[in-house]
Amino acid sequence: MLTRRIIPCLDVKDGRVVKGIHFVNLRDAGDPVELGTRYSDEGADELVFLDITATIRRRKTIVELVRKVAEKVFIPFTVGGGIGSVEQMDELLRSGAEKCSLNTAAVAKPDILTQAAQKFGNQCVVLAIDARRSKTKAGRWQVTVKAGTEPTDIDAVEWAVEGEKQGAGEILLTSMDADGTQAGYDIELTRAVADAVNIPVIASGGAGTLDHLYDAIVAGHAEAVLMASITHFENYTINQMKEYLRDRGIAVNL
Amino acid sequence: MLIVIDYNVGNVKSVCNAFQYLGCEVELSSDRRKIESASALVLPGVAAFGFAVNALGELDTVIKDLALAGKPLLGICVGYQMLFDRSCEFGTHKGLGLISGNVVPIPPGRVIPHMGWNKVALPDDMALFAGLGPEKHFYFAHSFYADVTDTAAEVAYTDYGFNLPASVQKGNIYGTQFHPEKSGKHGLAALRNFARIAEGKD
Repeated sequence: MLTRRIIPCLDVKDGRVVKGIHFVNLRDAGDPVELGTRYSDEGADELVFLDITATIRRRKTIVELVRKVAEKVFIPFTVGGGIGSVEQMDELLRSGAEKCSLNTAAVAKPDILTQAAQKFGNQCVVLAIDARRSKTKAGRWQVTVKAGTEPTDIDAVEWAVEGEKQGAGEILLTSMDADGTQAGYDIELTRAVADAVNIPVIASGGAGTLDHLYDAIVAGHAEAVLMASITHFENYTINQMKEYLRDRGIAVNL
Repeated sequence: MLIVIDYNVGNVKSVCNAFQYLGCEVELSSDRRKIESASALVLPGVAAFGFAVNALGELDTVIKDLALAGKPLLGICVGYQMLFDRSCEFGTHKGLGLISGNVVPIPPGRVIPHMGWNKVALPDDMALFAGLGPEKHFYFAHSFYADVTDTAAEVAYTDYGFNLPASVQKGNIYGTQFHPEKSGKHGLAALRNFARIAEGKD
């Protein structure tokens, strides 16, 4: 039976992990390789590295990052943040990334998903959707781009369905309302998207307790759960998360 | 020297990294002479089937002849799928035909791709899994699978609502649908086993 996945997410800027990593016993809390190895050793099922470098150097630093991580980390990892072309994906995959996530570029030209799937297979193609609850339409969410700064008129559920059709093999679904709150995933959003597509959905944004993970899987129908703060601050170890889920009847790789 | 076949697409680097991490001599190459003198060959795969077969070009007969002559060969993911007769991913494509069977879509009615860690029942006579016990989780990421019809091949299965072939062995030819290079310590153990097989044939 396929297990549900626990995926820590690391924000990276200029090749360094940023945003509150509070592990004890780390020589260098900003080193993506050391952190990636640590999470892998702790039993993480996958990792996501999100490059938030806002400069022209981004493209170079992200490839270097992937190369270094891939030398030491032997679980799958996804890289995302500013990827704009199939050629760039090719470079990242060849450097050792298992998957690439596309967000703004896919909204601008959905065809990039098709091209990538035909070249690399759809299992490499992650569609990242940053969704915000619509202020005008109840029970709907709108897609935002450029790291959540720019709203669009696109409906998140419809975009997920279209993304699957175009060739996405997975959806990384972040609730911009819940992100950073630690108050729980947006279950309604997660379920609306997960039920509308056949490909796996990773719930993201809002994880604060073990219950939240369980709810995203059972009530939200997510195949995987992504978290940042609750692992970075050592509120829970990966093992604790998996034991908790296992004891509540969810198949995990433990 | 292990040679990982470079066909210029997808994540072939991770396989090399894993063997290097294990202390093996390994090189990524598409050079025919190097392939011919290798102790063993690894055919990796992160690509669509048709793209991978085209990218392999005339190396396909080289690899096939060497495998038939007894050189250990490990196919991974799409590289594993290429060991079979044909695939219908984005059109019909011919494989290497080293193991009988066709690559077909995972039947609907479940989440596709089959993506994540699934438990594989490990037959105790499959050399790739020596020392790993009766079952372990490995990382899968695929939408097509090989329907193995070769009676001479040993098969390890995983459960995805049906018995999904996860690994095959036919003499000196090995293959895994999952990614051992992305399956943590148990994946590395399987690769170490393959490296030992390669040394034995050196």
